[in-house]
Amino acid sequence: MQAKGTIRHGVSRRAALKGAGALTLASGIGGFPHIAKAAGKVIRVGMNTILSGRVALVGTSSSNAARLVIDKFNAEGGAGGRTIELVVRDSKGRPDEAARVVRDLMDVEGCEIILDSEASSGAFAVHEVMRTRGVLCIHTNSETSQLTADPKMHIPTVFRSARQGIQDAVGGGQYAAAIAKKKKLTRWMTCSPDYVYGRDNTAQFMEYAKIFDPAIRLVEGAWPKLFQPDYTPVITKILQEKPQALYSALWGGDLSAFIDQGNLYGLFHNIDTFAVNLGDYSVLKAVKSLPKGLHSGSRYNRIVPHSAANEAFYTAYTKRFPGQWPTNWSWQNATGAAFMCDALKKTGGKTDGKLLAAAIAGRTIKSPFGVKGTITMRAEDHTIIDYAVAYGITEPVDPYLTDIQMADWGAILEHEAEWKKKKGYA
Amino acid sequence: MDLSALGSCVSQVSCVVTQTTSGLISGMLLFLVSCGLTLIFGVLGVVNFAHGSLYMLGAFFAYTVYVPTHSFALAILAGAVGTGLFGIVFERFFISRVYGSDVLMQLLVCYAFVLILDDVVKMVWGASYLSMGMPEAFMVPPLFIAGGVVPPFYLFLIGISALFGLALWLLMARTRFGKVVRAAAQNGDMVAALGIRTPYVFAAVFALGSVMAGAAGALAAPVRSLTAGMGFSVLIESFIVTVIGGMGSIVGALVASILLGLIQSFGAIGFPLFTDGLMFTFMAVVLIVKPTGLFGQRVR
Repeated sequence: MQAKGTIRHGVSRRAALKGAGALTLASGIGGFPHIAKAAGKVIRVGMNTILSGRVALVGTSSSNAARLVIDKFNAEGGAGGRTIELVVRDSKGRPDEAARVVRDLMDVEGCEIILDSEASSGAFAVHEVMRTRGVLCIHTNSETSQLTADPKMHIPTVFRSARQGIQDAVGGGQYAAAIAKKKKLTRWMTCSPDYVYGRDNTAQFMEYAKIFDPAIRLVEGAWPKLFQPDYTPVITKILQEKPQALYSALWGGDLSAFIDQGNLYGLFHNIDTFAVNLGDYSVLKAVKSLPKGLHSGSRYNRIVPHSAANEAFYTAYTKRFPGQWPTNWSWQNATGAAFMCDALKKTGGKTDGKLLAAAIAGRTIKSPFGVKGTITMRAEDHTIIDYAVAYGITEPVDPYLTDIQMADWGAILEHEAEWKKKKGYA
Repeated sequence: MDLSALGSCVSQVSCVVTQTTSGLISGMLLFLVSCGLTLIFGVLGVVNFAHGSLYMLGAFFAYTVYVPTHSFALAILAGAVGTGLFGIVFERFFISRVYGSDVLMQLLVCYAFVLILDDVVKMVWGASYLSMGMPEAFMVPPLFIAGGVVPPFYLFLIGISALFGLALWLLMARTRFGKVVRAAAQNGDMVAALGIRTPYVFAAVFALGSVMAGAAGALAAPVRSLTAGMGFSVLIESFIVTVIGGMGSIVGALVASILLGLIQSFGAIGFPLFTDGLMFTFMAVVLIVKPTGLFGQRVR
């Protein structure tokens, strides 16, 4: 027993035991996840995505799709006796929040792998978080080419399982030029949302349309604000310009409202309209009077590619999530999850970032969304190739697209290589 | 800036017709929302930051009735009446408690309800956007007037919005109720001393403003994506209208709404990247030249 007024030197056994207990408790609750949980049976996979706001629907469709793949992996026994638990968190679509959520997923919630299901702005923020972590991360939704094309962005353990803007632009430009040549459409106009994605996507599409058909001339561009409710001034401006063809990168509810309002003016009767984001069930099901004959990119459609595997994915999705349909983000997340599960099987359930990255880089897996039934994760830049890039003609009933033209991946890769040289990426 | 395109447009009758009707439709829908906002401010002294949410509720009520009935008339009625009833509850339980409070307190209460109502919409109608679809009667080709393109649905919207506005003006200017409201706006205590239950009058005024916002939401529903948060952009434009027209002036709201609609439609041709800037510039000029707005009087 210690006398009053004396100073205690050192640490008593009781205090040491208390400290050790607290430390154990703390690591169990939140801290030191890699020490405490890495050897656990369940592999916690973190997914940050947008679950609130106007694009919550596609965020939900991302986690739905990943869940389908992970459930199948777990039902088959997992890898090395370990199954996966998907931990989904809302980033609210804010880059700063996405970065914070991803840190929490790894540091507090003990996630050993990250599926980054953010749009581009969030994906770049998450990318920087992952730079020094050595943890496997797959960007599943960002289409911005720079994310993987720019060698400065390369991180050995980070991949992308989403479309790449430049690849889509080449495919879309090729299709548009073929139609333009056939119908002699030389006078073009664009109408896309006024922010980075809308501007970049439109510029790239028009660049490649002109490369494939030099007669194409861009006469004017309309740039409505993102989430603009009233497109009447834009529509009447298009009518005044009298273009023969129109390209639009509008998406979601904005595209739906644009079509509903354009129908009132008969906008689509005399103008060949190309809308890259129209072919998504979320839009197709929302537009009440879908005009026939619009040219639509296939974001996700159960008949693109037309295969039993794709039809099976669609059926499984709609059965598991009644009243919901897969989106473009769904197939991209299913693909990301599939690469992850495949890699875990190869490593026997080990989640070391370097081991998983080695298993994924250059790997070709069977996929319902591949043009030839497979998708390859290119080793050189960690992005996928051979997924379905297609355009078709709209019709108002399911499956909504007809006369589907698949893009030629030979041409896509050739032009992508030239683009990389031009940008100084190769 | 493309002044040659603007010059070319104003020299063609067809372009003038198309752009003018386009401006009128944007302006009249804006008027329906902003006249409620200005009425509530003029009488109750409350800056209702939740007014855009009332517009949103009107659109969703209309959607809910339209889907099973396919009656646009019933949908408009549901949007207007449903939002009006909500307005009464909202005013009685919450807004009435911030009468006379500073703007910050009003902002806090209203903004809380913006968030609450957005979440309620998500819970009831889902997080995805919805599309009501065009009523069958209006699924017809556009009219060509002097070479200009005018959709019949938009003519209907302009007409019915004008009717709503006229009815509101008559109610306020030519009826006993209107006199009581105007008197209560000047001196509520005196009106109460005369035996009139002013809380009921205030609730009725708030409901009336809500009805106008709900009707605007219902009327716009066939050509808008219905989603939680859809009232926000309308709210900003409505505030610009009330500032330009003069806080509390219904005639001012009408004139300012139409002016803004025309600025948007002709601005899209001449100043495609600066249409919003044009609106704000116009507002700034009005504030400098006549700080009370075009038709406004000195604020209480």
